[in-house]
Amino acid sequence: MRFTIGRAAAWTFMIIVVLLSLFPFYWILRTALSSNNALYAGGDSVLPVQPSLGGFERVFGTQTGQEAIDQGGAGQEIFFWRYLLNSIVVATLITVGQVFFSAMAAYAFARLKWRHRERVFGFFLAGLMIPTIFTLLPNFVLIKQLGLVDTLLGIALPTMLMTPFAVFFLRQFFLGISSEVEEAALIDGASKTRVFFRLIMPMSSAPIVTLAILTYIAAWNEYFWALMVSYTDKSRVLTVALGVFKSQTPQTGPDWAGLMAATLVAALPMLLLFMFFARRIVNSIGFSGIK
Amino acid sequence: MATTTTRSPAATGTTTAPRTPRRRDDSRLALLFILPALIGFLVFMVWPTLRGIYLSFTRFNLLTPPEFNGMDNYVRMVQDPVFWNSLKVTIWYVFLNILFQTILALIIAVMMQRLTKRTWLRGIVLTPYLVSNVVAAMIFLWVLDFQLGIGNKLLEVIGVERIAFFSSEAWVIPTIAGVNVWRHVGYTALLIFAGLQTIPETVYEAGRIDGAGEPRMFRSITVPLLRPILGLVLIITVVGSFQVFDTVAIATRGGPVDSSRVLQYYIYDVAFGRFQFGYASAMSVALLIVLMIITFLQYRLTRASTSDLN
Repeated sequence: MRFTIGRAAAWTFMIIVVLLSLFPFYWILRTALSSNNALYAGGDSVLPVQPSLGGFERVFGTQTGQEAIDQGGAGQEIFFWRYLLNSIVVATLITVGQVFFSAMAAYAFARLKWRHRERVFGFFLAGLMIPTIFTLLPNFVLIKQLGLVDTLLGIALPTMLMTPFAVFFLRQFFLGISSEVEEAALIDGASKTRVFFRLIMPMSSAPIVTLAILTYIAAWNEYFWALMVSYTDKSRVLTVALGVFKSQTPQTGPDWAGLMAATLVAALPMLLLFMFFARRIVNSIGFSGIK
Repeated sequence: MATTTTRSPAATGTTTAPRTPRRRDDSRLALLFILPALIGFLVFMVWPTLRGIYLSFTRFNLLTPPEFNGMDNYVRMVQDPVFWNSLKVTIWYVFLNILFQTILALIIAVMMQRLTKRTWLRGIVLTPYLVSNVVAAMIFLWVLDFQLGIGNKLLEVIGVERIAFFSSEAWVIPTIAGVNVWRHVGYTALLIFAGLQTIPETVYEAGRIDGAGEPRMFRSITVPLLRPILGLVLIITVVGSFQVFDTVAIATRGGPVDSSRVLQYYIYDVAFGRFQFGYASAMSVALLIVLMIITFLQYRLTRASTSDLN
């Protein structure tokens, strides 16, 4: 590796990209740990100005209304633990349901023999062409008719049973598994159902976990659909709660410390997940991983 | 809902499986295995698609049953200046978003391939993608705040006048496009990077032996061989970009005036602000048609299905 101007320029570019990717995360942390009034007094320090946990206290509702107002907050009660729990429930329902049911369908498409198999699969694939955004309004009407508006199940249901992508993704892996192992198990008298649960699922655990992680992240970050379905605290997930929190903050002179504390709380679970599974997530984004 | 499942030819196709099963026929088991997914597909994808098209020909306020009103919604749409404005705003957004995102992602991907293939670097570049659009919008509302934002303070330090990023009509769309570039550029770069991996290293070695430098190899090897993958990436990112909503809903609510009222936000406003689900559906159909035309054109233009590697 010899040194050239071009190489130096390329590295400089990459360092700037890395800084731009990471700096905003540091800046929310720094702001969340600052005292809001000090931010307005013109604190320009790179470190938190007048370090304070006030922002987090307002997010988790451990301050009284008057304290919150004095420190620049809205003074309205919020229940971030509740929203955190709601997000976990919704993302888990979607992930477990979607991955499991899609895996069953993918097995039927990859390994079972039945008439019209290819035609039905083609029909599923055509579903990839429909932009999700188009189905949101009519799906809302349906969820309303089912009486599931403002429930966690209502948020989860439309993506809980399948996505064409998940079926397609898993079918590709099942097709790649050698059929000899399967044949051997069948000769030993195992049923196809048993083969699926005891053989195919464990052998495909790597792609299944990858799909589950990607699904969980997407479900966690979903905003538009959750915004349509949830109206009250009962079903409010973190993304929607963050939007509500933002709209409650004083219009002139927002509570930036509180807002950034809330933003950090909303972002942290996925960032932690990423720390644990970074290699797997990074390597899964390729052409089989297109969403 | 039971009646809806029988509408599809595929559903009836699977239920009328052959009465005389051969030994290797798994029809009954297969039906059991695809049933949950099939219900999900028919009830939450096929049926809403058909229903969305039907609703676009009705007057529907969600409380009383939809009333058929022919082409009224479409006539109204053609005459609605706000609709045309939001279409214009959306296209301007998509143009800026895709232009900067694709160029940056291409450069980042090529550098990751030619400089270092370390996983940690790819991990860092992908980090912004892990947070929601809502979080990204919140971050930049603060970083680019007119009075207190570090972005504007830095501009002042280098002697540039402060910019009202989210509250000036000229800047709001470029700013929203920039926020979404920040969140998605790493993901796009990794898609392109995956495509670059399919170009055999031997092609570059041959180029080096022939005395080609990096810029020359980029032009003569990388770009032509990457074209089909770039085509696919463009189709995915453009379709995604047209659906912009979250950032607008959090950061600007369509303002100032209508300068960031993108189509999806207008549709949401008409449906949930004014309860005109029929008209909102008609605009959704228009968006669907636009997306289909764009996908088709891009597919043709980039010849995404053919590769020069063969």
